[in-house]
Amino acid sequence: MNATAIDKPRVEMRSIGKSFPGVRALSNVDFTLYPGEVHALLGENGAGKSTLIKILTGALNRDAGEIRLDGKAVNFNSTGEAQAHGISTVYQEVNLIPAMSVTKNLTLGPSRDALGVISWGKARKRAREKLSRLKLNIDTEQPVGSFSVAVQQLVAIAHALDDDTSVLVLDEPTASLDAQETATLFAIIRDLKARGMAIVFITHFLDQVYEISDRISVLRNGNLVGTHMASEISRQDLISEMIGRELGEVEATLAHKAESGPGKQKLVARDLGRKRTLKPFDLTLHAGEVVGLAGLLGSGRTEMTKLVFGAIRSDSGELHVDGQDMSGATPRRSLASGIAFCPEDRKAEGLVGDLSIRENIMLSMQAKRGWLRQLPRREQEKIAGEMIRALGIATPDAEKPVRQLSGGNQQKVVLARALASNPGILLLDEPTRGIDVGAHAEIITLIRKLCNEGMALLVASSELDEIVAASDRVAVLRDREKVGEIDGADINRDNIIRMIAGDDSGQH
Amino acid sequence: MSKKYLPLVATIAVFLALFLVGGSMYRNFLSTLVLGNILADNAFIIIAAIGATFVILSGGIDLSIGSMIGFVGVCMAVLDRMGWHPLATAAVMICFGILYGALQGFIIDYCDIQPFIVTLAGLFLLRGLCFMVTLDSVPIRHDFVDLYASAKIPLPGRGVLRSSAIVMLAALALAIFIAHFTRFGNNVYAIGGDKESARLMGVNVRRTTIGIYAIGGFYSALAGVVYALYTSSGYPLAGSTLELSAIAAVVLGGTLLTGGVGMVAGTLFGGMILGLISTLIIFHGSLNSAWIMISSGVLLFAFIVLHRFLVSSFDLRGTS
Repeated sequence: MNATAIDKPRVEMRSIGKSFPGVRALSNVDFTLYPGEVHALLGENGAGKSTLIKILTGALNRDAGEIRLDGKAVNFNSTGEAQAHGISTVYQEVNLIPAMSVTKNLTLGPSRDALGVISWGKARKRAREKLSRLKLNIDTEQPVGSFSVAVQQLVAIAHALDDDTSVLVLDEPTASLDAQETATLFAIIRDLKARGMAIVFITHFLDQVYEISDRISVLRNGNLVGTHMASEISRQDLISEMIGRELGEVEATLAHKAESGPGKQKLVARDLGRKRTLKPFDLTLHAGEVVGLAGLLGSGRTEMTKLVFGAIRSDSGELHVDGQDMSGATPRRSLASGIAFCPEDRKAEGLVGDLSIRENIMLSMQAKRGWLRQLPRREQEKIAGEMIRALGIATPDAEKPVRQLSGGNQQKVVLARALASNPGILLLDEPTRGIDVGAHAEIITLIRKLCNEGMALLVASSELDEIVAASDRVAVLRDREKVGEIDGADINRDNIIRMIAGDDSGQH
Repeated sequence: MSKKYLPLVATIAVFLALFLVGGSMYRNFLSTLVLGNILADNAFIIIAAIGATFVILSGGIDLSIGSMIGFVGVCMAVLDRMGWHPLATAAVMICFGILYGALQGFIIDYCDIQPFIVTLAGLFLLRGLCFMVTLDSVPIRHDFVDLYASAKIPLPGRGVLRSSAIVMLAALALAIFIAHFTRFGNNVYAIGGDKESARLMGVNVRRTTIGIYAIGGFYSALAGVVYALYTSSGYPLAGSTLELSAIAAVVLGGTLLTGGVGMVAGTLFGGMILGLISTLIIFHGSLNSAWIMISSGVLLFAFIVLHRFLVSSFDLRGTS
């Protein structure tokens, strides 16, 4: 790494800003990339990693700031232009043509002469050369789709690597690789690095970050939190930078935590799990209790809520609700037994944008009653009106299409729908995703209020402060496994971060 | 042997089987005379189907083929009456076909509209133009037509390769070269396999799409020229529903309608199978022409099922 201090940077991005309608995706972000370094880019979902990368590779145009390549200001209007300047990207989903042979895939690309004649003998030789640089020895005449994902990933890298490639962006390259395959990939990355390639590595596996990268940049909510030498930042500080957020309003609600002890057991999961999704875990929810789920992106937070709800089918263990055996229940049966679920992606899984607030609120109630016994219109209006008042949804009336509401108000409709069926247990996945700070505090206050009324809540969140503020108990997840629980007075940022990082790595 | 040749092998096997069945039923069937006649009689369908192969390989469809054949035919006939040399008309009409196809391709990519609807509009437009040009069947009387009809290359046995068959085989050779030995051809397969990935891998999708439909237009116009010279007339209803026969020939030839998989050479045999079926039924004499369509339909169906099977076994390997 000493070399990079002397070298000139290959890429300098300065004060990059980017806004989408209603969202500030990046503001004032600096990012520097030296030849011969692996630079890890970290951040939770929506932190701005992919926006920053897309600006670098020409897939998006920036609103503010400048990019310098080898000291010269550049402007890329397409990925092709960036490629012509030696910046190549391997995207998260492998982008190859599965039905075509490896040789044919490697022959594809921008070319000046579209009608150019291909000599397959030469193309084959060239493909083998490209693959041998990655120490990959496969039959290049077989279709790409017949190889494992790991090999396909390497072929995609081979395709991205041209003679003049100087910057390689790898977006979650290890997401679908096992340990052995990852080791192979890392050996290749080290080799490329030794040859002076500048590599951007996006991942959410912290072990891999420390294993392969020289420097680490952390993004949060579109801001650069910091750039560090990998050898100089501890795992705990890194996690803290990724998920910490100061939330004054929320801290205030700490005082309102339930003083009365937990009520009777509402939900008991024993050894519940599913292969490759989440290792078997135990979990108990009591009436009048909020249990927070903490962990990094990809640690299994969402999967745990879905397993409990039945949206993901478990293949081991059992689940009891109010003493009834609910193992292997479908979402429909879970709803009927009083479990309500607010999913993470409210647009794709939660709300029907073109239906009105009233109709959305009625959806789950109607499911409980059965489709033939429709609730009288007057009753529907009454319930919708009550919910709008109780949750403070900002809308002129209950007939407004949900699509037209702000993010915070949409989230409240999701909550209202869950609450309308009067559940005993409420599962919330990222209840405050993408909403402003004011609405954020309101929703957390609402969670506490519901809990005091005797409901049992399970709240998964990437925002640590939110977990700390809202929970009576915190279950911590790491790498698709529940690693422990923190209770009562011990709930604070440091304890949770220590558990997420794992005790052994506290000294990193 | 590589798995990708399986559909082609299946097509050739079906062709040979049908040919042998004919040979066992009728004396004189197994001869180059029958083969040469099948090649010449179906040359225009096979030429049109070769163009359609490119379109279908890219995941698209071209419904304007039949109307193009009709339009080229009436123009050939009417311009012949006005004293043009058939070869001059043919050159003009082929240029028209290329431009018309390119325009369809441009609209498909630029406006992001389904090829089905764009070429359906193209079908109506061209058929309407046929009726604008003439409402009657117009003969082509130029001496060149006689020359075209009499030119032939003798085959071993009693058979001959007529002009239509020669043009068709030359067109096939050109298509095989474009599809399998140029960057353009490689891009066609890529777009048919996965358009988004192809774009991300740097393929110029617009230029390739325009090129694909231009090739489709070129081959359907060429088919129209061959058809007009072969029948020595132009008729505004000529070529109706011929696009469907062309698509059938492509599918029988082993090309997947979903795009990305197939070989141009297969289309030759696909078209010949269709021709063989009608020849067999005509040889039989007592069966009416309804059986031509019925057996073509049954065979087409069987082929699609076979493909489904081949492709799903391929997909399974892909996910392992």
